[in-house]
Amino acid sequence: MLVFGLAIIALALGMGFVLYTQGSVPIRGQGFFGFLFETTWNPVSGVHGAWPFLLGTIITSAAALALAFFPAVGVGIFAAEYAPPKIGSVINYLVDLLAAVPSVVIGIWGIFVFAPWMRDTFYIPVYYWAVESAPALLPVLGAPASYNIITATLLLALMITPYTVGLTRDAIKLVPREQRDAAWALGATHWEVMRLGILPYARGGIVAGAILSLARALGETMVIAMLIGNSNRLPFTFFGPASTMPSVIANEFREAVETMHLASLMAVGFYLFLLTFVVNLIAAYIQRKLNIGGRVL
Amino acid sequence: MTVRARYIRDGVMRSLLIASTLFIVVPLLIIISYVLINGIGALNWNFFTVELGSPARAMQGRPTGLAHSIVGTVIIDLMALAFAAPVGIAAGIMLSEYPDNPINPPLRVLSSTLNGMPAILMGLLAFALVVRPFGGFSAVSGSVALAFVMFPIIARSVESVLRTTPWSLREVGLALGLPRWRVIISTVLPAAKTGILTGVLIAFARAAGEAAPLLFTSFGQNYMNLDPGRAMDTLPQRLYSLAISPYREWHAMGWAAAIVLLVFVMTCFFVARLVAGRFGTRADG
Amino acid sequence: MAREMSDTTIAVDQRVEKIAWDLTSRPAEYDPDVHSEAVRMETRELSVKYGKVVGVEGISVPIYSNTVTALIGPSGCGKTTFLRALNRMHDLMPSAAVTGEVLLDGENIYGRRVDPVMIRRKIGMVFQKPTPFPTMSVYENVVAGLRLVGIRNRAALDEVAEQSLRQAALWEEVKDRLKAPASALSGGQQQRLSIARALAVEPEVLLMDEPTSSLDPKATARIEQLISELKSAVTIVIVTHNMQQAARVSDFTAFFFLGSLIEFGTTNKIFTSPEEQRTEDYITGRFG
Repeated sequence: MLVFGLAIIALALGMGFVLYTQGSVPIRGQGFFGFLFETTWNPVSGVHGAWPFLLGTIITSAAALALAFFPAVGVGIFAAEYAPPKIGSVINYLVDLLAAVPSVVIGIWGIFVFAPWMRDTFYIPVYYWAVESAPALLPVLGAPASYNIITATLLLALMITPYTVGLTRDAIKLVPREQRDAAWALGATHWEVMRLGILPYARGGIVAGAILSLARALGETMVIAMLIGNSNRLPFTFFGPASTMPSVIANEFREAVETMHLASLMAVGFYLFLLTFVVNLIAAYIQRKLNIGGRVL
Repeated sequence: MTVRARYIRDGVMRSLLIASTLFIVVPLLIIISYVLINGIGALNWNFFTVELGSPARAMQGRPTGLAHSIVGTVIIDLMALAFAAPVGIAAGIMLSEYPDNPINPPLRVLSSTLNGMPAILMGLLAFALVVRPFGGFSAVSGSVALAFVMFPIIARSVESVLRTTPWSLREVGLALGLPRWRVIISTVLPAAKTGILTGVLIAFARAAGEAAPLLFTSFGQNYMNLDPGRAMDTLPQRLYSLAISPYREWHAMGWAAAIVLLVFVMTCFFVARLVAGRFGTRADG
Repeated sequence: MAREMSDTTIAVDQRVEKIAWDLTSRPAEYDPDVHSEAVRMETRELSVKYGKVVGVEGISVPIYSNTVTALIGPSGCGKTTFLRALNRMHDLMPSAAVTGEVLLDGENIYGRRVDPVMIRRKIGMVFQKPTPFPTMSVYENVVAGLRLVGIRNRAALDEVAEQSLRQAALWEEVKDRLKAPASALSGGQQQRLSIARALAVEPEVLLMDEPTSSLDPKATARIEQLISELKSAVTIVIVTHNMQQAARVSDFTAFFFLGSLIEFGTTNKIFTSPEEQRTEDYITGRFG
């Protein structure tokens, strides 16, 4: 039995080890931080640095989490506490379904429906407004491309909500009944009961859910690769294309022929491993400690 | 603060919560309806029976479809399941049934951690471990990558299912003097089998929708191939290629692939829920 | 009226002689006929149903001002269900249906225009387990009810906090650590903190649902003593499964059985000369 338990360790540590050895040439050549902070990625001239992708990953993930957090916690609270039981379970079902929809399916909708719609109703009008009234904003906004950071981030935000919703919901379910009764008995309104008796109790779970959502955002590949426009060039602008660590691997790995290019992509994978491993480890630790989550549905 | 003001705040918060819910549920429903509408329009008999071929086929209106991707998906996913299920179930048993083992607590944290790791890294790992040494893209390497995706999900869900079965069940067997592994096989596993099946089904559905780990393992191709030693096509990855291709005809086929994939995943999801609900063993920690 | 109490009285001792001894030491000053005009609450044909399951049915009982009324009966007899109906806690369960009337100072709290939030302010509640809000300090717990209504004046809050903690006989123990988290207190202290929090909003009635069931004998004695002291300030209704406790702390006793009120009267009468055979069987320990 122990052997199979060790398979877990083997997969986790093996992944880190293999990615490091595969990407060791550029990492050792430029130094751990040298490769990480190198701002140019140009396979043609043979210069490889992870910075544009690290930046892209952090920007999209942080923005997606910021967008998703409050609505996701809101859904969790609504489904667990406010909605009539039947409606609550329908909402839970839909949210869990959202987690199960393959990201390429969301991606194709993004490419053919969402991105063009955003361009026509939002990016182009805003861009023209900026040209006329606020030219100072132009370098920040960038020329409006269909596939850009905002499009990708919005869909990313949608995709990561189920993890926060799920853990918020689980944590609220663990709040003892006496706790909410005590708040009601004090003459609290429904929201005051949430604030006094329930949310303080559930905050550990909510935090774990947010971290888990962040981890998913950091690693999400296909939707980003399909919608961010895939530019390796800094600086990134709001309406312009960008790249993330997973998206550059998805985009370039198949076509990478140069040994150095391949090794550099592996190195990017290694940094992605480190980042997501730490974030997931924190989320896993909180979850295990609070004994919540673990749902696979 | 007056009672009125407190009730107004209560109402405002309630509205915000409802708004949050709509904010998330409505886009999901929009996406699903777009996929259903566009997908049904693009589905036809050829889609299931003919291979894709070159872009020219579609542009000249000759019969074309994704039969080879569907077949490839089935082959690769089943192979992955065959790799991952035994190890995953065994690891889940280890996590749940041997809580006294000193390495168990860190193992549990690690197992949860693996659940959240990006699938694309599993692809890189399989590339390094299988594609490189054997000198080429292959269906086998793709299923190894997917097995890496399934394994932690199965381990985690088996663990939580087993933990919901009462300890008294084990104590009966142990009291009879049976060794622990016998108790697990003869009483614990049978009691939890629907729950385990549900977990495996969910892991299967999750992995079946993944494109990222397959990009540089099974690689994909436009023609029918049944040889697991060579590159093979899969639906999620084909959907990606079709969507980013420049051909309008292929875009329509992409929607068709999307509806097939979505219906498959939703069916798995629904069946799993049904089974789990009926037998009261929700795969839930 | 502090009464001498030893741990042996609290320990489980079901003998009737013991109870009778306890009762002889108390004045028979509460007579429902004498005190009939001082009715604080009253239920009329009160029934609670969960779907088709009957919780309690047809309960009509008066609750006299500044007295302690004990609700006793075997588990599942409906005493807690009845108690929760007294401040509309059943509103929170969609499956529970309440019929009949509960009057507070002559007004039906289930009336159309009555706000349950205001009702629960007037009728406080203490539960089986201590329920301090775990992330708040001792001080914040006590003033939580006042903060809800937007009282921010520090001096006013300080005053109420001290007064409530004194009333709950907790002040001396916590006055130096008001900022400490409530979860750091012992179980008995936490329960007194819960009482202090309920008292801080100056309720007219305090409902107690087996307030000592999770406490050790010493902490129980403390709470019981406190109950006797508090009735000059509030009217108390207490659910208990411990008959000695009912005998020690209450002035009136209502005996519930299978969702019905079997007998109501002064505690003295219920424990010495009950009219119903079932009451006698229960208090003498023949069932339950």
